[in-house]
Amino acid sequence: MIPTALLLLADSRLPAGGHAHSGGLEPAVTSGSVHDVLSLAAFLQGRLATTGLVTAALTAAACTHAHATWTPPATSADPTPPSQASWARLDAEADARTPSPAQRAASRAQGRSLLRAARTTWPGSGSLDALAEAVATPHQAVVLGAAAAAAHATPHQAATVAAYQAVTGPASAAVRLLGLDPLAVHRLLAELAPEVDATAVRAAEAAAGGWARLPALSAPLLDLHAELHVRADLRLFES
Amino acid sequence: MGANHDHDPHTAAPAHGRALRLGIGGPVGSGKTALTAALCRTLRGELNLAVVTNDIYTTEDADFLRREAVLSDDRITAVRTGCCPHTAIRDDISANLDAVEELEARHPHLDLVIVESGGDNLTALFSQGLADRQIFVLDVAGGDDVPRKGGLGVANADLLVINKTDLAPFVGSDLDLMERDAARVRAGKPVILSSLRERPGAPEVADWVRTVLKAPALA
Repeated sequence: MIPTALLLLADSRLPAGGHAHSGGLEPAVTSGSVHDVLSLAAFLQGRLATTGLVTAALTAAACTHAHATWTPPATSADPTPPSQASWARLDAEADARTPSPAQRAASRAQGRSLLRAARTTWPGSGSLDALAEAVATPHQAVVLGAAAAAAHATPHQAATVAAYQAVTGPASAAVRLLGLDPLAVHRLLAELAPEVDATAVRAAEAAAGGWARLPALSAPLLDLHAELHVRADLRLFES
Repeated sequence: MGANHDHDPHTAAPAHGRALRLGIGGPVGSGKTALTAALCRTLRGELNLAVVTNDIYTTEDADFLRREAVLSDDRITAVRTGCCPHTAIRDDISANLDAVEELEARHPHLDLVIVESGGDNLTALFSQGLADRQIFVLDVAGGDDVPRKGGLGVANADLLVINKTDLAPFVGSDLDLMERDAARVRAGKPVILSSLRERPGAPEVADWVRTVLKAPALA
């Protein structure tokens, strides 16, 4: 069953600051590499296979960790006592997988906004509170996982939301920046759905193997674009 | 937040301890940034204040405020809005809230934070979650039929400023008509005619801000 709360979390109308971030799409448009639906498809596939997978795996790991926090220690399968230190460590794992300082800043800005939205939407979530205590501005993926747990989602479902957002965010930015036909873009997203699902499965599997071994793929061009973007005179999106 | 306002749909502006958050919205070119600069110059001697700008694609507005040296750099923050200025002040206010809170953390005793919206259309309205009070700025050169057309900002803002009144004779705008139409759609809420060329400090608007800060709702 898909909890309705998870749909709220996945909805782009969730007021968590995502609308001002393009996931690297704006600098790709500026450079000319994305200019139509076909080139957008290539961009989204590349993003999904790299940072999309990494983000989804971090999200699944955070969701698992949050669920463990909730389980009474006597019945917990996880021998690690949940603590603020462990949230800080997972956040550091996200940092280590985000080479571009600009992307780190963008992820933390979105994490902070999502944390505010999630704690207001699901008050009394011990995990979100513990995360907020441990890291003032956590990475977005870490917050998303903890929020998904608060929404009673499984780690696999949390990874699905992360992978889904890895393509829908830039797709929405492309509609706005290039004036692409929104119906054509939605058809593209529907065609990508199996890849999104497969990415979520891989992410959830990877997250079950311990934090140090979470995927660490990167897309150097996205990193470079992100750095150029923050220095650009003219930009509509924060990232 | 329990003030007794029979006619005021807003949550009461906060008591001491948090700065008043004042939204300034309005169409492109109506003079929001110039009004913000004027308010800063007039009020900075008596109030502890800071500004968040929502430029559409540059930091032009923040740069203007810095260049004019109306406030020190650390009191001005620019927020980007991903092509959607109204989203950032209404549907998803998180980036602006973060900016306001950062300014409040940096300057713990702020009295007033002005959040200047990016230039937008007549339906733009600040969320109650972001602004305690809001000003909507029109200018006479935008057409004297704009107040009659109304719209969420024109009708509902706590203060409507009709700006650049000095231009009225040159663009054929009827100020009396604008004021009458505005009064009709605004059900008694205040309207101020302003000309920053003739009165650079925006004294009437500054007085309105002082009144809001002293209002019993703030106590």
